[in-house]
Amino acid sequence: MAMGNLLIANRGEIAVRIVRAARELGIRTTQVYSQADADSLAVKLADGSVEIGPPAAAKSYLNIEAILSAARETGADAVHPGYGFLAENADFADAVESAGLTFVGPRGATIRLLGDKVAAREAAAKAGVPTVPGSPGRIDDPAAAHELAKGIGFPVLIKATAGGGGRGIRVANDQAEFDRLAPQASAEAKSAFGDGGIYIEKLIEKARHIEIQILGDGERAVHFFERECSLQRRRQKVWEEAPAVTLPGDIRRKLCAAAVSLARSVNYRGAGTLEFLYDDATKEFYFLEMNTRIQVEHPVTEFITGVDLVREMIRIAQGEPLRLRQEDIHLNGHAIECRINAEDPANGFMPAPGAIEALMVPGGPGVRFDTLLYPGCTVPPFYDSLLGKLIVWDDSRESALRRLAGALEELEISGLKTTKSLHQALAVDEDVRAANFHTRFLEQWLERNPLS
Amino acid sequence: MANKQVLSPVPGTFYRKPAPDQPPYKEEGDQVAAGEAIGLVEVMKSFHEIKTDFSGTVAKFLVDNEDPVMAGQPLVEIDG
Repeated sequence: MAMGNLLIANRGEIAVRIVRAARELGIRTTQVYSQADADSLAVKLADGSVEIGPPAAAKSYLNIEAILSAARETGADAVHPGYGFLAENADFADAVESAGLTFVGPRGATIRLLGDKVAAREAAAKAGVPTVPGSPGRIDDPAAAHELAKGIGFPVLIKATAGGGGRGIRVANDQAEFDRLAPQASAEAKSAFGDGGIYIEKLIEKARHIEIQILGDGERAVHFFERECSLQRRRQKVWEEAPAVTLPGDIRRKLCAAAVSLARSVNYRGAGTLEFLYDDATKEFYFLEMNTRIQVEHPVTEFITGVDLVREMIRIAQGEPLRLRQEDIHLNGHAIECRINAEDPANGFMPAPGAIEALMVPGGPGVRFDTLLYPGCTVPPFYDSLLGKLIVWDDSRESALRRLAGALEELEISGLKTTKSLHQALAVDEDVRAANFHTRFLEQWLERNPLS
Repeated sequence: MANKQVLSPVPGTFYRKPAPDQPPYKEEGDQVAAGEAIGLVEVMKSFHEIKTDFSGTVAKFLVDNEDPVMAGQPLVEIDG
């Protein structure tokens, strides 16, 4: 069913991205906004806009009733949740569909299944996708947990079944530490998430973060190759690439096949990403979780495949079958994305909201800057610190790195502190140039290379 | 006796409690010591405890729980 009016239940650069994609498909857009975002770029670019509440996200972008009432008021017939906020809230997806609107994403039941870490692991195992060695499901019996940890071998991670985003995770280096931390983790999970369920996983010490982009239409699913997002700080991605240059071809084929197999097994509908850990030393990969939404770093995949993922996910939500067969999707060249955040790298990455005085955006072939910024705009303190994503493409990684250095040099944002200098230092670092990194590389690198 | 004000060093959202299910750091009328926390400001999803530089009695909160604040805005008056 063709959409007439798409409501965007998000803000920032992803809202701008969705407005553009919808416009190109001939769909009208309605942007919801909090009192802090009345002058935002997405509001300016959308066809219509509705205020949904005060600055605090809990009272605006997370307020399901306010968003549904904005949809009714404006005659929207579909809702795009973007990423973050309500994007992976199964109750929101259900509420949108119960209100007779189209949700641009998977069914609520799929989000619920894949959002439960233990259920997702079980679904992966059933689809023949390897998971990190660990407990087969949630563990409630301390004696059984003790035995399981011993069998897996230390160090192990103790995670909360209901946790996410790095929250509720503990590392146990030996049996004594495990016996002390496991009850603590369960008690904390009970208080933080209302569910004391825990599970345990082997800690893979030097792993790369590799993820596979997929699209499904509820019947068929295809992959768009991998992204590597090993450069992270506090479990937040900072720099992403596609493809993962050090990944052997046979491993790439296996990973992509595993991702498609899991997506098919749950009749996945929409855009999704399967995250894996990859161990260079053993060439083993392990499924971590599936994100049931578009991701921040989707543009690197768009650059190497030439496919507009946001447009395709809207088409799928309209009920169109996948337009692409796997053999139509080719990997070409190399893309790198740097997240430009309003943070001060010289001061412990202290958040730095404020007013933008001047803005110079880099250009030229293979350069893209997805941003919420315009000269004179104000970056409010109430939301995450992402200002924009600088993405470059070139025919090889080496030339993409050179193009990136030039684009970073051209990029000028004045009025507040940004993480541009971090990316400039990384772009010329020998290890980064050799793609010699793992998920804990950046934090160790920052200790050795304090930024001034 | 002069009232002294504790200012927010950053813009963001002010919270009276360390976590939603915990009691407030301080109530009006409570004693505070220099270096003690009186609230929390969330800026761009990161949380900063706001500590007072002076001792005394909490005279008045100038900002409600969960209200937006600007950098430099007075949060609480301490009667020292």
